[in-house]
Amino acid sequence: MSGINLISNPFKVTGRRVLPGFTLSLGISLLFISVVLLLPLTGLLMQTSGMSWGEYWFVITDPRVLASYRVTLLTALVASLANGVIGLLLAWVLVRYQFPGKRLVDALVDLPFALPTAVAGITLATLFSAEGWYGKQLAQLGLEVAYTPLGIMLAMLFTSLPFVVRSVQPVMEDMNTSDEEAALSLGASDFQVFRRVVFPGIWPALVTGVALSFIRSLGEFGAIIFIAGNMPYVSEVTSLMIFVRLQEFDYAAASAIASVVLLVSLLLLFLVNSWQARYLKRLKGTL
Amino acid sequence: MSIKIQEVSKTFGRFQAIKPLDLTIHEGEMVGLLGPSGSGKTTLLRILAGLEQADSGRIFFSNKEVTQLHVRDRRVGFVFQNYALFRHMTVADNIAFGLEVLPKSQRPSKAEIKSRVAELLDKIELGHLGDRYPAQLSGGQKQRVALARALAMQPRVLLLDEPFGALDARVRKELRRWLRDLHDELGFTSVFVTHDQEEALEVSDRVVVMSQGQIEQQATPEDLYHQPANRFVYDFLGQVNVFQGEVQGQRLQQNQAWVAFPHGSQVTPGQLYLRSHEITLAREPDARAHLPLTIKAVNLIGAEVRLELEPQGWEADDLWEAAISHAEYNAWQPQRGETCYALPMNGQLFVEQQEQPQRLNWSFQEKTPGLALA
Repeated sequence: MSGINLISNPFKVTGRRVLPGFTLSLGISLLFISVVLLLPLTGLLMQTSGMSWGEYWFVITDPRVLASYRVTLLTALVASLANGVIGLLLAWVLVRYQFPGKRLVDALVDLPFALPTAVAGITLATLFSAEGWYGKQLAQLGLEVAYTPLGIMLAMLFTSLPFVVRSVQPVMEDMNTSDEEAALSLGASDFQVFRRVVFPGIWPALVTGVALSFIRSLGEFGAIIFIAGNMPYVSEVTSLMIFVRLQEFDYAAASAIASVVLLVSLLLLFLVNSWQARYLKRLKGTL
Repeated sequence: MSIKIQEVSKTFGRFQAIKPLDLTIHEGEMVGLLGPSGSGKTTLLRILAGLEQADSGRIFFSNKEVTQLHVRDRRVGFVFQNYALFRHMTVADNIAFGLEVLPKSQRPSKAEIKSRVAELLDKIELGHLGDRYPAQLSGGQKQRVALARALAMQPRVLLLDEPFGALDARVRKELRRWLRDLHDELGFTSVFVTHDQEEALEVSDRVVVMSQGQIEQQATPEDLYHQPANRFVYDFLGQVNVFQGEVQGQRLQQNQAWVAFPHGSQVTPGQLYLRSHEITLAREPDARAHLPLTIKAVNLIGAEVRLELEPQGWEADDLWEAAISHAEYNAWQPQRGETCYALPMNGQLFVEQQEQPQRLNWSFQEKTPGLALA
């Protein structure tokens, strides 16, 4: 019947999409995002609604909490930057060279995603404690890793390693070797080829990877608490502060601190995404 | 700069891309490397550029050996089929790249680079597009930018890998004339790779036909077309009608179809190769041949009317093709499905075990009057 309708009323046809399933798939996606993502987040903000602005401000600017921001931001920054370098190198090796065991290395990269973060934390703490394999050696050099901010950094490094590798890898795989050959034939040195031709191509993906790794590190809890030592003002991370408030059954304060982490993360994601969209527009030609 | 290739060979794994070969390219010459895919033409070009290392053999630029020289020191311009423009740089920055990466002592001043780029932009007729990014250009424009980028270094040798392969027919034609003009104006030596015989024949001073890693023939376009060295070259350069038969008396026969050998020619079994302009069509067979064909398609576009013909009662690997003038077409009005007869004028007979074909010519033979088309 509808077929007849379509013919007799051609104006109806124009609104129809050719690709099937649009309404159904969009509906399910929106429902899922709402139930799993938006609703809990709204709930989090609702928890804080019982507080006045003054109380809110008081909770999130508590000196101990402020110190935790500083520790978290600094360690996350260093960890994600280090990850940027190491991840870039790893991706380069995985894409550019053939070597025995390459598949295995490729799979190992994802291990931090698969492993429960608490397991990672306990393992790292054992390894780097004064009695551990690494810890013993480092102690001789006068370096203390476990129960210091250095340990926090290490745990963050471990849990967020895949982000950089997995963002950069596909971009590298798509890159044309002829671009590099062209640069070489124009007389560029190896370093010039990397800096002026290869790197600008990877740059957006690398920034995304580092940003994701940074944001992930901001919120990391399980891996960190075992190795951090959790000394107030020295090696307490923000996620621990949330946990402490929860243990005191102060849900509103916990939510307030959590909302700060959430806002920073969202803002950073948004900034990176819009910057990247502008950069990619240039490469893809819709300026 | 002249180029000399001596005994160069290359294998990839177990595949021999290039069998040891020699080739000399003269100063200022434009040479087309023509061949089907897998013939080794691109590999040879990349070896010339230094992008690939030959397994054996030596390469000379103007009598100076460059075999071991790194690509960045060979100072050749290389143009890629996919343009290989740097996507994150503007057109002007792309062109300036070769100058910008020069060591400080040799690098021209900023102003000099700028004027050089402007000059090149004018030369490629894209003076107004210097600030655009490659993604905003059409295919033809991109290829011009790639050329300008290579030319910015004022190379004495320009190597082009299927430079027009990804462009549509009209742009391709326009661009290859433009390249030829540029070549004549600047006088560099150029070698380009193509699988398009029309392109090779139109632009090059000399065409090198390659197949399976070896050179089949190198000759001027004219010689190549009229005196193909062997069956491969003949086959590769344009459409050809093939008739295969056994010798019976003075005829080459296949079932009911036959071609009579011209008087005085050697009667040997083989494959008769006839170009479409080497046959005429008639409503009736005559003393020269009896080759019945069914008209499958009529193509009116172009200077001549081209007919696609299917053998009737005999066999050929491909359809036959013939061309008649528009006047003949109007007088005859051939329809699809009609039968006509092919009559040979010239042809080449390829005999087994013999590289060089044997020329056959029927033109001096008496034509039976009254059997022409109209």
